[in-house]
Amino acid sequence: MKKYKPITWFFLIMWAIAVLFPFYWMVLTSVKEYAAYNAEYIPTLFTTSPTIENYIYAFTEVDLGRYIWNTLIFTVITTALMVFVSILAAFAFARLDFPGKSLIFTGFLALMMIPTELVMITNFQTITELDLRNTFLGLILPSVTSVFYIYLLRENFAQIPDSLYYAAKIDGSSDWKFLWRVMVPMCRPTVVTITILKVIECWNSYIWPSLITDDPKYYLVSNGIQQIRESGFGRANIPAMMAAVVVISVPLIVLFLIYRKQIMSGVVRGGTKG
Amino acid sequence: MKIGLDHLTKSFPANGRKSKGKDVIAVDDFTFTIPDGKLVGLLGPSGCGKSTTLNMISGLLKPTSGKIYFGEHDVTDLPPEERGVGMVFQNYALYPHMTVEQNIRFPLENLKGKDKLSDEEMKKRVEEAARLVKIDELLDRKPGELSGGQQQRVAIARALVKLPRVLLLDEPLSNLDARLRLQTREEIRRIQQETGITTVFVTHDQDEAMSISDLIVVMKEGKVQQIDSPQKVYDDPANAFVAQFLGIPPINMFDGRIQDGKLWIGPDAVLAVEGLPDQQVAIGIRPEGFILAHDGHLKNKMVRTEVSGRDISILSTNPASRSPQVRSILSSDDLPFIKEGQADFDLKPRKVFLFEPESGKRLRGTLKPLDQTHTSSPEEVIEVELLEQAENR
Amino acid sequence: MKKYKGFLYLLPALAFLAVFLIYPLIDVFIYSFEEGYSSASQSYFGIGWYNYDYVLHDPYFTQALVNTVLLVVITVPLSTGFSLAIAFLLTRIEKLRSLFQTIYFLPYVTNTLAVGMVFMVLFKQTPYSEGVVNTLISWCGGEPVDFIEGPYWAKMFVLCFYTIWIVMPFKILILTSALASVNPMYYAAAKVDGTSSWRIFRKITLPLISPSVFYLVITGFIGAFKAYSDAVALFGTNLNANGMNTMVGYVFDMLYRDGGGYPSYASAAAILLFAIVLTITVINLMVSKKYTHYS
Repeated sequence: MKKYKPITWFFLIMWAIAVLFPFYWMVLTSVKEYAAYNAEYIPTLFTTSPTIENYIYAFTEVDLGRYIWNTLIFTVITTALMVFVSILAAFAFARLDFPGKSLIFTGFLALMMIPTELVMITNFQTITELDLRNTFLGLILPSVTSVFYIYLLRENFAQIPDSLYYAAKIDGSSDWKFLWRVMVPMCRPTVVTITILKVIECWNSYIWPSLITDDPKYYLVSNGIQQIRESGFGRANIPAMMAAVVVISVPLIVLFLIYRKQIMSGVVRGGTKG
Repeated sequence: MKIGLDHLTKSFPANGRKSKGKDVIAVDDFTFTIPDGKLVGLLGPSGCGKSTTLNMISGLLKPTSGKIYFGEHDVTDLPPEERGVGMVFQNYALYPHMTVEQNIRFPLENLKGKDKLSDEEMKKRVEEAARLVKIDELLDRKPGELSGGQQQRVAIARALVKLPRVLLLDEPLSNLDARLRLQTREEIRRIQQETGITTVFVTHDQDEAMSISDLIVVMKEGKVQQIDSPQKVYDDPANAFVAQFLGIPPINMFDGRIQDGKLWIGPDAVLAVEGLPDQQVAIGIRPEGFILAHDGHLKNKMVRTEVSGRDISILSTNPASRSPQVRSILSSDDLPFIKEGQADFDLKPRKVFLFEPESGKRLRGTLKPLDQTHTSSPEEVIEVELLEQAENR
Repeated sequence: MKKYKGFLYLLPALAFLAVFLIYPLIDVFIYSFEEGYSSASQSYFGIGWYNYDYVLHDPYFTQALVNTVLLVVITVPLSTGFSLAIAFLLTRIEKLRSLFQTIYFLPYVTNTLAVGMVFMVLFKQTPYSEGVVNTLISWCGGEPVDFIEGPYWAKMFVLCFYTIWIVMPFKILILTSALASVNPMYYAAAKVDGTSSWRIFRKITLPLISPSVFYLVITGFIGAFKAYSDAVALFGTNLNANGMNTMVGYVFDMLYRDGGGYPSYASAAAILLFAIVLTITVINLMVSKKYTHYS
């Protein structure tokens, strides 16, 4: 066993470099001066005179601040709505009895197989017809539902012992109160998990926003960055572009470093990207 | 508050495939009035309907038919939250994310309208309840940090805090170890007597039921078998099931017959019977109903003895016994008289019960020793034996 | 009334699903059969297979199909294999393991578009700059090539490379936790029997984690078939002109972008995509049933 150790380390470090290098390069480039960067025919691996001018440029030349703000609003509202709607639905499936419950739940499970790409065409038409293009409503509404998260929550809710529900009934608690005072606090890890996964999903979403917004006032960061790439600074201003990339990448990376354990265990429990 | 159960019946739809399975009747036509302020134990093997009965009283289950009254008030259609009952669950069902204080407080926060309490009142009530069950020092802990016994107390406090009209306990002691169980059942008795709340509890453990109940309801397969005080249930069982279910070690069952005013087990006449015609009977003899006697009337084959210090058990066999071995419990003073091979007994009439062999219904006649002068001194036993032999000839 | 209380809780979710998932699902099928539908006039002149016929004969679609299939065939086995290797190597070290895990997971939380631009910068060759990757190639004595606007194989390479880079975190994480959940008892037993470590891996570890591996293969197939934003990040939105379009990209270009406004063609293409994904998933499931070991 022991003789393989150096090889093990070699490969692990190689992949770590492969992962980290793009991040390093993006930060490095973002602090290089425009002129200095363009003068390097052979790129240099470090810089002696870091500058923040690219960041200032990124915020002033394009409306990066607005894109971030838009994405923040979009992410917060979509996630909050999704969590609320999912909790209610999961509670109904896990705890309440109503006619046709198992039939409806089976239908739900079947819906999990439907790729969003398939329904986006009609949603695009619907939103266009409702005249909701270039509005937050149009961005948010189709992004709210997630059958998978309802399913994940329901599975967790169903594990709460019946006796707690009965105890709460005896204690005079309504279903509504039981849900928010007992169920949700007890399932907090799962609620946090789906919240985080949805936040990541929202922050990175590109296809739907790119369909539904063509007014830069409503651009999210993904569209903003695409806009910058296509025309924003002119193709050549790579350092400013990288500064923008850094700015929109940092929030999620910080979030990840804070909630590392929860995010990783949440993803293991059944998250898939997108 | 007395609790009236009026022809209470609960049936569940048959499970499994949609074959024409009959509904399962969990509780069958239960009529009884639980007197105010009493502690009543529902006792029976699992699946006998005792928990279903409790859940119907609490309102968690709706009866299929029949009525439930709290006092004169019909509560059959009231949901649990409007019945004003307190309930302690088998696994306590404490909310794991709340502290002990928040757990006890939770029912108070749900009070609405004119019952609504101010913050100070709630605090006072929580403290009172905590003091009653002696957990006032644990209020800041979470349930996960408490021992089983402490959790049990929290559950009781939570059930009592809203001053319920009825307290219901579902297997309250089954999750505790043996020592705590003894302690806690005393505690439940004390709390019940201090508060005077009409209390119903469910158990499969006869010891539990016997030791603290004012009244025991013995149930089997949804049907009430007997309702009586604990001692009466033991001393005067209504049928073979009750006789067999109560008592540790269990009662010994024999097949026998009544003939010529005597009770026969196999070839042995064991007691005189009055007031019953000749017939086949099932005979139950409590382990403590045996008297060791040289050439006693019941002649068993000795298997072995078990000594426990205070008393001894003799395990013997008899072809008429329904179980492989007959267990009799004797005083350890009898030890010197035990012989190899043979175990002959006389019977205490009060410890012998007769039943119909098929239905298990109790046959009430008068049982007496065959010879009133009979004692267990060896000479007399020989005399009796001689007499009997003479009679048989 | 109380009986229907459950519906009340379900209502918001049902409403959202009905409008944005169920209705569109039905609608997309209808669109795909309506010939010559026009967004502007909202009218069509016939019903039939014309849309499918058109799409299947559209060279852009063929190109997108080829690209997507290549991407799937290359990236799914490679990324799964690499992830398995790295997850396995991770179990052999103790120091710094959680640091490595954290680093390896980073790409998962990044914006695909944003980091894709970094890759573009790394791989691009311009008159002013050779780019990092080409510098490396020159050092090794190779011939520099423009990976972004150069030959097809170079563009395909960088697309595959980026896709693998982006999907590895999820796979490494799943496999690491699968490996961690293997009861060490089995290893101890095998060691006592004198089994070599490669044999232990092949005969014990791999069968035990095979459900996770198959899960990753299936989700990997589905994910790779739906690739789009990585291509946009690297090559820009005008993918058809670049010859680098994917099937999802084709659908959206038909729907909206330059030359868009053909929801019928888009619907037909989307349904074709869905049919392919469904077929492959079913095949995958059948294969995995045969080879997966559940403990």
